[in-house]
Amino acid sequence: MGVEQKLGEMGVVTAKLEDLVNWSRTNAMWPMLFGLACCAIEMMAAQAANYDMSRFGMELMRPSPRQSDLMIVAGRVSRKMAPVVRRLYDQMPDPKWVIAMGDCASCGGVFNNYAVVQGVDEVVPVDVYVAGCPPRPEALIHGVITLHEKVKKERMKDWA
Amino acid sequence: MSQLQSVTLDEIKHLVSDRALEGETMLLNMGPQHPSTHGVLRVLLELDGETIVNSIPDIGFLHTGVEKNMEAKTYTKAEVMTDRMDYLNTVGNNLAYCLAVEKLVGLDVPIRAQYLRVILAELQRLASHMVWLGTSALDLAAMSNFMYTFREREIILGILEMVSGQRMMTTYIRPGGVWRDVPAEFVPAVRDLLKILPKRIDEYESLLTKNPLFIDRTAGIGIISGADAIRWGLTGASLRGSGVNYDLRRFAPYSSYEHFDFEVPLRTDGDVRARYLVRIEEMRQSIRIVQQALDKLPEGAIRSSNHKFVPPLRSEIGTSMEALIHHFKLWTEGFDAPAGSVYVAVESPRGELGVYLEGDGGPKPYRVHFRTPSFDNLQVLPVLAKGTLVADLVAIIGSVDIVLGDIDR
Repeated sequence: MGVEQKLGEMGVVTAKLEDLVNWSRTNAMWPMLFGLACCAIEMMAAQAANYDMSRFGMELMRPSPRQSDLMIVAGRVSRKMAPVVRRLYDQMPDPKWVIAMGDCASCGGVFNNYAVVQGVDEVVPVDVYVAGCPPRPEALIHGVITLHEKVKKERMKDWA
Repeated sequence: MSQLQSVTLDEIKHLVSDRALEGETMLLNMGPQHPSTHGVLRVLLELDGETIVNSIPDIGFLHTGVEKNMEAKTYTKAEVMTDRMDYLNTVGNNLAYCLAVEKLVGLDVPIRAQYLRVILAELQRLASHMVWLGTSALDLAAMSNFMYTFREREIILGILEMVSGQRMMTTYIRPGGVWRDVPAEFVPAVRDLLKILPKRIDEYESLLTKNPLFIDRTAGIGIISGADAIRWGLTGASLRGSGVNYDLRRFAPYSSYEHFDFEVPLRTDGDVRARYLVRIEEMRQSIRIVQQALDKLPEGAIRSSNHKFVPPLRSEIGTSMEALIHHFKLWTEGFDAPAGSVYVAVESPRGELGVYLEGDGGPKPYRVHFRTPSFDNLQVLPVLAKGTLVADLVAIIGSVDIVLGDIDR
């Protein structure tokens, strides 16, 4: 049961442009290869053999923000790092999304002190928060799927 | 929010050569967002063509305030902070901190708990070396090793989760012993792991050790002599790769390491390849230690019965009034440690991890300071990198095996 059975005699499929664009955006979302702390190790584990993020079209992590759609903030953001995170976000082309992975990126986690930004949403807009210290790779994948659901609901009139 | 730093050439002229000021050499910024710096390290490079004239590490992008934060928590609660410093060696950090607390208050640890600590610390060392091997080979464009090492690492994390309920931040080792006894399936699971590991390590080696490309990228690169390594304060595999026989597990044994028979692998070349070979051999020795500890693992108590400092077992609380009182006291206000200071060092996967702990007689530490191996090992980077190519810097950073959480804390 593939697309060829839907094609009919003319070889044409009709679809809403919105759905088509959202489908392509979700199924080839390139995350930025950018780790901060402990969560980055679990992010790597999610990429590796056991969890295999390429099942969701996300095996290609780009080290350059110019080539990525998704920023996974994996770890605590220090006061020194915060402007760098913001600059990386600004360098990403639209459309772009942010996942705050782990407690530190979401709300500061166990570090309520002078050095750590209490949630990366003080610096960049966050789409999905993933809880855990660090979250299991499954939790990160759940966050990614949640983001995909969100992207699929985007409407053309909001893109502007 | 603080702004991006901007630095003029005038402000850093003491760090670069005169040729940079005249514009003859180029200044290049590497990091903090770079796939091969193993975290958020920034290195300012002064280049003559492709040759590195000077390299200046800029750290602090992951400064977390761990040491200061620990002063605001009781001795027991402060332990969760140590997990998050060197996040590849969480069990080892717990062990170092708990040894320091035990030394400060004078606690004895039952032998079963000591052996369990050794088993978990060595499993953690294996997991840490697997991450190092996978990522540093990845930096040299050997992708498949990363997939293989993370496959085995998942098994080890599964074992850590089995005993503690958490994959990485275990906090399983507690002052006076361990959190609770290991489940019945722990020993069979570790034995299964030990059965497959030696073969898997051979498999990693078969991809790299005799691979001509890998030899080209590693042999004769980033050389440091044994005497220089000591002068720069290197520890761990980076020191043993230069032929200096120094391993705290052997020369200042803690937690019953003297009960186990193992070798300290040494190499004399002092280059990237020597450090690689030392770590591979260390993985084999870790397997030996875990094997012996499992064989000798005694039955008995898993934490000290000195309930002024160590909480009683859950089962005692229901039957003993004193146990309930101790439990309540320890979890509400903690215990008072005597005034004084101690220093304890353990051999982490990266080198000597030291804990300086000072108590002021109250329930919270007055000062905690960590002598972290990555911090001291990183300072040798400018020496190793001088005169090499930019591409080799990636191999050198990988071979020193730094963890930025360990450096910045």
